[in-house]
Amino acid sequence: MSARNRELTALVPVALLLTAGFAAVFAQENSRLDNISLVYGGYFLAICLATHIYLRLRLPNADPYLFPLVALLTAFGLVMVYRIDADLARDQANLFVLGLVFFALTIHFLRDYSILERYRYTIAAAGLLLLLAPRLPGIGQQVNGAYLGVKIGPIAFQPAELSKICIVIFLAGYLRDHREVLIVGARRVLGVTLPPLKHLGPLLVVWGASMLMLVFIRDLGSSLMFFAAFLALLYVATGRLSFVVIGMALFLLGAWFFSSTVPHVHERVDIWLDPYSDPARSGYQILQSIFAQADGGLFGKGFGQALITIPGTTTPLLPAAKTDTIYSLIVNELGLFGACAVIMIYLLIAARGFKIALIADDGFSKLLATGLTAVFAIQAFVIIGGVTRVIPLTGVTLPFISYGGSSVVANLVLLALLLLISDRARREASSGSQLSGAALEGT
Amino acid sequence: MNAQIVKLFGLIALLFLVLVGFTSYWAVFDAEALKDKTVNRRPLLEQQQIRRGRILAADGTVIARSVSKGGGNALRYVRRYPEGSLYGHPIGYSFVRYGDSEFEKFHNDELVGDSSEFSSILDELRGHRQEGDDVVTSIDPEAQRVALSDLEAAGFGAVVAMEPATGRVRVLASNPPFDPNRVPEHFSELNVDPNSPLFDRATQGQYPPGSTFKVVTAAAGLDSGAITPDTTIDAPGTISAQGRPLQNDFNQSFGPIALDAALTFSVNTWFAQLGVKVGIDTMFEYMDRFGFGSVPPIDLPASQVYKSGIFEGKTLVGRGDPVDIARVAFGQERLAVTPLQMAEVAATVANGGRLMRPQIWRRVVDRDGRVTKRMDPSLYSQVVDEQTAAELTTAMEGVVSAGTGTNAAIPGITVAGKTGTAETPFNDTCGGGSDQNQAWFIGFAPADEPKIAIAATVECTTAFGNDVAAPIFRDVAETILNEPES
Repeated sequence: MSARNRELTALVPVALLLTAGFAAVFAQENSRLDNISLVYGGYFLAICLATHIYLRLRLPNADPYLFPLVALLTAFGLVMVYRIDADLARDQANLFVLGLVFFALTIHFLRDYSILERYRYTIAAAGLLLLLAPRLPGIGQQVNGAYLGVKIGPIAFQPAELSKICIVIFLAGYLRDHREVLIVGARRVLGVTLPPLKHLGPLLVVWGASMLMLVFIRDLGSSLMFFAAFLALLYVATGRLSFVVIGMALFLLGAWFFSSTVPHVHERVDIWLDPYSDPARSGYQILQSIFAQADGGLFGKGFGQALITIPGTTTPLLPAAKTDTIYSLIVNELGLFGACAVIMIYLLIAARGFKIALIADDGFSKLLATGLTAVFAIQAFVIIGGVTRVIPLTGVTLPFISYGGSSVVANLVLLALLLLISDRARREASSGSQLSGAALEGT
Repeated sequence: MNAQIVKLFGLIALLFLVLVGFTSYWAVFDAEALKDKTVNRRPLLEQQQIRRGRILAADGTVIARSVSKGGGNALRYVRRYPEGSLYGHPIGYSFVRYGDSEFEKFHNDELVGDSSEFSSILDELRGHRQEGDDVVTSIDPEAQRVALSDLEAAGFGAVVAMEPATGRVRVLASNPPFDPNRVPEHFSELNVDPNSPLFDRATQGQYPPGSTFKVVTAAAGLDSGAITPDTTIDAPGTISAQGRPLQNDFNQSFGPIALDAALTFSVNTWFAQLGVKVGIDTMFEYMDRFGFGSVPPIDLPASQVYKSGIFEGKTLVGRGDPVDIARVAFGQERLAVTPLQMAEVAATVANGGRLMRPQIWRRVVDRDGRVTKRMDPSLYSQVVDEQTAAELTTAMEGVVSAGTGTNAAIPGITVAGKTGTAETPFNDTCGGGSDQNQAWFIGFAPADEPKIAIAATVECTTAFGNDVAAPIFRDVAETILNEPES
């Protein structure tokens, strides 16, 4: 079966799942089934089909499983958001369509994505600017003590989502250039392999940037996500575990320093260590998140069964249920099994992403695919880890599931880039094998 | 670079595994503990949307029920206690804001209709709404009322009555009582009340047992073979133990007497010598069998049922620690016991030496009136043999017919029992008076075919066990014995 036919086949269960999910929520809310859930399902299927046809035309060789997996997550997210608030689900569906427009634009204009490598410093600068934008007077917005949002006129977005792609593009380009010198020039000092000093500079800049993020946008989650993606790329590019260890030590040192000086970050770490010290205020969100999970058990309470607000009031029982803590809501309603399914989908996406990196044959493509996949997977880890108290809870979205436009748009652009790399890599791989096949026939 | 990419994927898979691990921990392994956290209001809020089952007395009197408030998504149920303070103990309360306590807490699963996860999935598929089951108790409303009003006349204290053969708890009263209906609006007031009405004296009050503990010493002496009912011990007015004089009331000297006389007249010097004769190890062995040192196996939350035993501060004294066994033997030293524990002692003797688990609940009934669970009487401990129990019963009959406990006598019925009057001078909780006592009566009736075993105690009283506690025993026992069999 061709790649695109496999994609089409994989989309069918997604549409069925979405329809079933909507139907379940609808039946729960109104005690009766209605064809409106079928309408939602049909609408979603139509959007997916249109995207599929576009991919068939533009990227016939691209990985067939990535888009259905992303559609699956989106379907999951739409059902959960629909269950919280039907109007929000409509918004989210529209944002998905908007994201697909950006997805198509990315594929259209970046068919030759090596152009990104050429403009890597410009892109890096744009990325940093985006990161710091929330601190700019007039447009910046503070959310829960962190500076994550930007509002220009009626449009509000979270620039960190887009900037993560910029940073990954820069790192892929930079490391492709410098990986040789980083490996060859390394010196052993006191039994530790250190990168050559003159090439250390740009890497320290990245470290500095992530520390700046702690201070300026006060978000441990984004900072962690960026820096982890950086270390992942550094490791893949150089193969030196010692660089990663040094980087990690630097990060922990900086995080420790800033967490004891920047109040917001400090508080987040304290709550993580001891949420019971202030259960009614600062510890409320993480505790309620865990209590919601405790209530889910193995199989969950079923769609639409979780309490999100205290009955009869609008006081939240699970704060930020549609964004930060949506994973806890999933555990509550679908249980440990439902949650494992979600984690499994993220793992499958990571597997497909790294597969693209494996078969890509130029350094930039390899590093770009690795970086994009890593930053995506780490984002999922940071927020799920946050609500399960593996790490301090921070306001990062759960990709494709959380409500929020910036996240959907940015992650669909990320997906478009992965598909672009995949299309080229698989085309070259298959034409390569056809060539060798022809050569064999010739002998 | 491919090797590194594969390793990186491995690391990410590992990180995701950690997420699965933590989720499993919260959602499954630690879930019960999390649901029990006081700051976790989720289970209560959810339960508020389920109609909680009723709690009924043995005769069907409604002790607790839920009434609906609001509608649609704001529908919730609120607990009502039609009998007010009569059953405040041991039933407790259940309110979202203040959590639940006592019987309401212990039987929460039945009252909200919680079942296993598999069957709740089946219910979900069939579209059943979760409903709570009713729990019927063994509590006798008339006897509970008599116990509480007698206590209110006598002073703060508690009464526990249980059926010796089955362990069914018929009365569990604590004075001062509290009205659970007042909890939502007056909780802090109840909580800081110096008389501690929220404190269940029947299961949490740790009092010096006084002479009622002689029943335990006698049981150990007879059952271990240290004495027979005919063994005589010389009982002068004063003996010396641990270098300090130890006296009978009014320094009265009895000469050589056997168990019957010693128990009838509650002779301290006799029991002190018996205690020494039995020895520390054997005494501890029999105390353990009676349930001292353990949380009584009643259907109330373990946090609201206290242990009985010898305490140094708040910690139980163990076998290896130095103990003045002569004074333990007649209920002094650092002994502190709950009324529930002493009711268990009486019930054990009444039931031929077999201690049954005390249980308040009788059966669980679902919405359709089907009995889904029934309390099966079960043996907690074989304390002494039947012969020992019979010999003890004879001695305890003497206490009521001719000794220190005559006020417990019921016309036409043989009563077996033991009084106790522990001196608690300068006790802060009693206001520091110099002649304050802890008055006790434990016993059972009818002596030849026991139907009910009772412990009654009054704290901070200037009266003796026979004056204030024995009449409460008599009234409660009479009430229960006069009722038709249930």
